[in-house]
Amino acid sequence: MTDLFNSFMTGPDEKGRFGDFGGRFVSETLMPLILELEDQYERAKTDDSFWAEMDFLWKHYVGRPSPLYHAERLSEHLGGARIYMKRDELNHTGAHKINNVLGQIILARRMGKTRIIAETGAGQHGVATATVCAKFGLKCVVYMGAHDVERQAPNVFRMKLLGAEVVPVTSGRGTLKDAMNDALRDWVTNVRDTFYCIGTVAGPHPYPAMVRDFQAIIGKEAKEQMMQAEGRLPDTIIAAIGGGSNAMGLFFPFLDDTDVNIIGVEAGGKGVNDKMEHCASLTGGRPGVLHGNRTYLLQDEDGQILEGFSISAGLDYPGIGPEHAWLHEIGRAQYVAITDKEALGAFQLCCELEGIIPALEPSHALAHVMKIAPELPSDHIICMNMCGRGDKDIFTVARALGVDMTGPEGRAVD
Amino acid sequence: MTRIDRTFEALRLEGRDAFVAYIMAGDPNQDRALEVMQGLPDAGVDIIELGLPFTDPMADGPTIQLAGQRALDGGMTLEKTLNMARAFRAGDDSTPIVLMGYYNPIYSRGVDRFLAEARAAGVDGLIIVDLPPEEDDELCIPAQKAGLNFIRLATPTTDDKRLSKVLQNTSGFVYYVSMTGITGAAEVQADTVAPEVARISASTDLPVIVGFGVKTPEAAAAVASVADGVVVGSAIVERIGRGDAVPEVLNFVKSLAEAAHQGEQVHD
Repeated sequence: MTDLFNSFMTGPDEKGRFGDFGGRFVSETLMPLILELEDQYERAKTDDSFWAEMDFLWKHYVGRPSPLYHAERLSEHLGGARIYMKRDELNHTGAHKINNVLGQIILARRMGKTRIIAETGAGQHGVATATVCAKFGLKCVVYMGAHDVERQAPNVFRMKLLGAEVVPVTSGRGTLKDAMNDALRDWVTNVRDTFYCIGTVAGPHPYPAMVRDFQAIIGKEAKEQMMQAEGRLPDTIIAAIGGGSNAMGLFFPFLDDTDVNIIGVEAGGKGVNDKMEHCASLTGGRPGVLHGNRTYLLQDEDGQILEGFSISAGLDYPGIGPEHAWLHEIGRAQYVAITDKEALGAFQLCCELEGIIPALEPSHALAHVMKIAPELPSDHIICMNMCGRGDKDIFTVARALGVDMTGPEGRAVD
Repeated sequence: MTRIDRTFEALRLEGRDAFVAYIMAGDPNQDRALEVMQGLPDAGVDIIELGLPFTDPMADGPTIQLAGQRALDGGMTLEKTLNMARAFRAGDDSTPIVLMGYYNPIYSRGVDRFLAEARAAGVDGLIIVDLPPEEDDELCIPAQKAGLNFIRLATPTTDDKRLSKVLQNTSGFVYYVSMTGITGAAEVQADTVAPEVARISASTDLPVIVGFGVKTPEAAAAVASVADGVVVGSAIVERIGRGDAVPEVLNFVKSLAEAAHQGEQVHD
């Protein structure tokens, strides 16, 4: 048993803090709602029937457990460590997002809420939320930056097919953070019947802890599967980070296994430089308060929030979950940045060597694997989280590679 | 006693309700914002709420959002907002200034440094939307110690159980948010606000001022008649934003102030 006093898994405290990070920085109108949510979540957490419903749906609706896959050709190609992929891209809706959405929607139903709102960047969380709402017959409204609505048209259409109302957000600069602002504005207006389903491990307490707990199924499975495959835990685990929910899901069950190296990979965009053309909050930001929590943020000298930049719309957020900020400060996890160019290289290599088209988000994690694996011995085991599939990204990748998909040969079919 | 306390004391003796006007610092530009601000006391404004621009104003509707954006686009910062307060204070030593905004620019500057600078600039109180009582250690308690009022929002979701917590470290006045929603949203209904104001007043000696959704002199009069005062923000900011000349803006403010001052006092 791990000594409770030396455990990394006891957070957050009663104020919703991980060290100095997290908290409940919301307006008074939302405060009672957040306290009610915390209360209901605390009850659900220890209620076997809640987890029984989750387990059933994870298995029969999402398709869990997701496989742990030994990427043999990639390992061989890189000529170092043994590389495993946790295949969460095989989940229903194509990413890890649904793990969390199921939990929140079941909770919303228990709380008697009839209207679900969500923010989305790339559209993966929006699609997952629209999906589960369709399954349960709940009204679903998704806020999405107007800029993202344009560049993620297939996901917008998916959400509409699933019966969701997609609201293009034009306030601010029309990106993911503005979508979150507008979702909060909706919630503050429709407090009685509405549940806000946040897509990542950020926001006011209890969201960072709750979303982590729902995503922790990734790490729990990976641990068991790794024991079966190799008879021991991996040496290194790696995941990409925007807000950080897939990473927190993989990392959390390993936090007290201090022999396991933990690496989070942020989006370095065009490079972590003074021009701030990146989304690397930990590598290139500093602590601040936004969207209900204290965490590392991209901001200017005056404390104004800056827009991030990344080829991956799913990593395009100027903040990061507060638990990551804490793990960074105490040094339990290491955080690095990968550029768009490096991620694109990894995307292509994964397609060619493994027959897996990864999303651009895990392509960042994979790019870091490519950097470190060649230098590691062959008995070093790496487990990376393949948290999403790349179907949604083919247009972006084509553009980046200079391929015209609107021409006669590559014409996009509606 | 702060300027805010003195102002309410004077209003009480005169038997008048308070009229509070909100403008955004640096909107539409720094010079005109100051010009408007300097004209507010003569237009009948008892307390000035000076908006501190922020990129992500989660509790504000489009009107205030755009005002903040205009200000930021024009180079407005926290430091320049304090300079604006100082410039106003140089010509007016009695009208209270309440800074209203979000926590991050203050946190970014450093709480102690900000409080010292704000006080030196002649700021009297703070309304920081994203700091509920649960986060009082952050700024509320240090602000009170530094001699600034920390004015809290009470809302329709603040039930009796929470009310004492909300009132606990509040000073200056209580700002009752008339509806669940964002600034500049639906029209306020004085008859639904009245029992809420009464409920809060029963638990505190502080004046209760009502804001959100007050757009016209008629609404200002109706709300003032059931509270100790009324705040108008978006309706004023909208006129500044569409380019009304300063005298026109101030005439509108005057019509609001006169209406609000006609409201009957609910407290003795």
